Amino acid sequence: MSKPDAASRASRPSGRENITGAAMMAPAGTGLLLFVAVPFVLAIWLSLHFVNFNSIVPSRWDGLQQYRELFTSPMFYRSLINNLVFAAVVVPLQTALAIALALLVNRKMRGIAVLRALFFLPVVFPMALVAVIWKLIYSPDQLGLLNSVLNTVTFGHVGPHDWLGDPATALAAIIVMSIWQGVGLQMIIVLAGLQGISADLYEAAAIDSASTWQRFRHVTLPGLRNSLVFVVMVTTILSFQLFDQIYILTQGGPGDATSTIMYQAVTSAFTEGDVGQGAALTVVFFAVVLTLTLVQRRLLREERTVA
Amino acid sequence: MTTITPARAAAPVAAVTGRRRRRRHARERISFVLTAVIAVLFSAPIIYLIIGSLKPSAQVLDGLSALNPDNLSLQNYGGVVRQFSSTATGYFADFYLTSVIISAVVVGGGLIVNCLAGYALARLRWRGRRLVLLIVIALVILPFQAIAVPLFYLLDSARDTVYVQFLPFIASAFSIFLFYSFFAGLPKEFEEAAAIDGAGPWRTLLRVVLPNAKPVFASVAILSFLSSWSSFLWPVMMVDQPGVSPLPLQIAVFQGQTPVNWGEVFAFGVLMVAPVVVVFVIFQRWFVRSVASTAIKG
Repeated sequence: MSKPDAASRASRPSGRENITGAAMMAPAGTGLLLFVAVPFVLAIWLSLHFVNFNSIVPSRWDGLQQYRELFTSPMFYRSLINNLVFAAVVVPLQTALAIALALLVNRKMRGIAVLRALFFLPVVFPMALVAVIWKLIYSPDQLGLLNSVLNTVTFGHVGPHDWLGDPATALAAIIVMSIWQGVGLQMIIVLAGLQGISADLYEAAAIDSASTWQRFRHVTLPGLRNSLVFVVMVTTILSFQLFDQIYILTQGGPGDATSTIMYQAVTSAFTEGDVGQGAALTVVFFAVVLTLTLVQRRLLREERTVA
Repeated sequence: MTTITPARAAAPVAAVTGRRRRRRHARERISFVLTAVIAVLFSAPIIYLIIGSLKPSAQVLDGLSALNPDNLSLQNYGGVVRQFSSTATGYFADFYLTSVIISAVVVGGGLIVNCLAGYALARLRWRGRRLVLLIVIALVILPFQAIAVPLFYLLDSARDTVYVQFLPFIASAFSIFLFYSFFAGLPKEFEEAAAIDGAGPWRTLLRVVLPNAKPVFASVAILSFLSSWSSFLWPVMMVDQPGVSPLPLQIAVFQGQTPVNWGEVFAFGVLMVAPVVVVFVIFQRWFVRSVASTAIKG
């Protein structure tokens, strides 16, 4: 482990601390190496090969063929667009709703703790269970809860709709239930941000007789900056991982209206045995997530230095 | 900051306060109604789940009247257990056991190895530390989904085992990062004092650092528990046998069977989420604080 000639100049680690440090890092380090780093490299390797569990053709080098197939497939573009639409709708909507809910429960009132707990509760629900509940809520005929509610409140003017079966509403239906499940987490983060804003600022605003909107715009929002940056970045990454709901509710359908990159990757690798294609999809998936993360980080950081 | 000019300063004070009070009253009423509506909409799916689990199957999918709390019984709960009581279907207790084992090992093992790694990265000087730290931070943004397919290829021979469901998740770059930033932010005095007393790094960590590290342990435990208890993608790829199937995968299988018994599916759902909700209600303050503090660190 120790090579004295290469010892760093800045810190002079003692031999003993060297060994202890390495020993403490070793268990988790091995895990990360075996189950994260190696698979990641393998993903790239596999994506350049033809590897199919269901085929008698042996694995072979395939160059960029997998990617060529992807980039000429309308299904792939549809999945990518679905992912982008999902993120583009969920991120702003969920963030706005999280701010609204946080403002709602950031009050001294009897029963507010119950309300706070209620909004956070869906976060502890596994997505598989959430999908099952909402499958019934979205049930296509008059027996579905949502259809029945709409019919009742409009006095029968709105007939039953097949929310998950209609390509026009399937993705929107998935979006609504995903926000229901996820918004509580963001609300808590925003709430912590709200409680970090100094009361002096609100007093100053009151002295200036600022309107509610002005107070929100010039005190609350700037004070929430860091929380919101975090919320937006996390929600973006999470929204790209969309899989469980799709698998249970729509299997990517109707047609390809709710197909996502991860759903396609799993179908290719797992259902069709086409590991090479699945690997190529996950490489593209990672490239998209990485690009978005870096772009967001740059944009948000730049804004922060300007402000 | 822009300065806000008082617009209505000239108006008589009494009139303003009277008007304000009335307006505030109206606003409070609106906000109360709004709050109530949101609360009802938010809790509807949960109430639906609970009532549905207590109703005869045919009345679960029955429009608005599915929310009527009549004909309630615990029959569906017994039905779930009876439904899964052979090797072919799997035993209900086994789904539970599988999920419990996976979560226990991921949380317990994860706390140990990731805490050690975080401490070594934050406090000890060893060769390669900076490089390893850089790699860990880079791995934080690599979602599991990006490596699911090669992992599936790599671990194909371990399909349908319990250990393949927890092994890849014990070491976690995200958890290491949480521990790292927590330890890096602790004041060094106590550790230095311990070092003067001749305590080595292991003893210092155990006796001096850990007693002060409850918040980060709570955060990591809660976050890793939530994700392992709900884990779905990986079991979908790796598990075919009901004997080693965890709860989320099994409820997906159950709701896809025909003829489907919705009352029993909902009872399954309640049983699956109940312990988590109980833990959440008891440790609510920890939950909220840990999630919030994680965000502020990030």
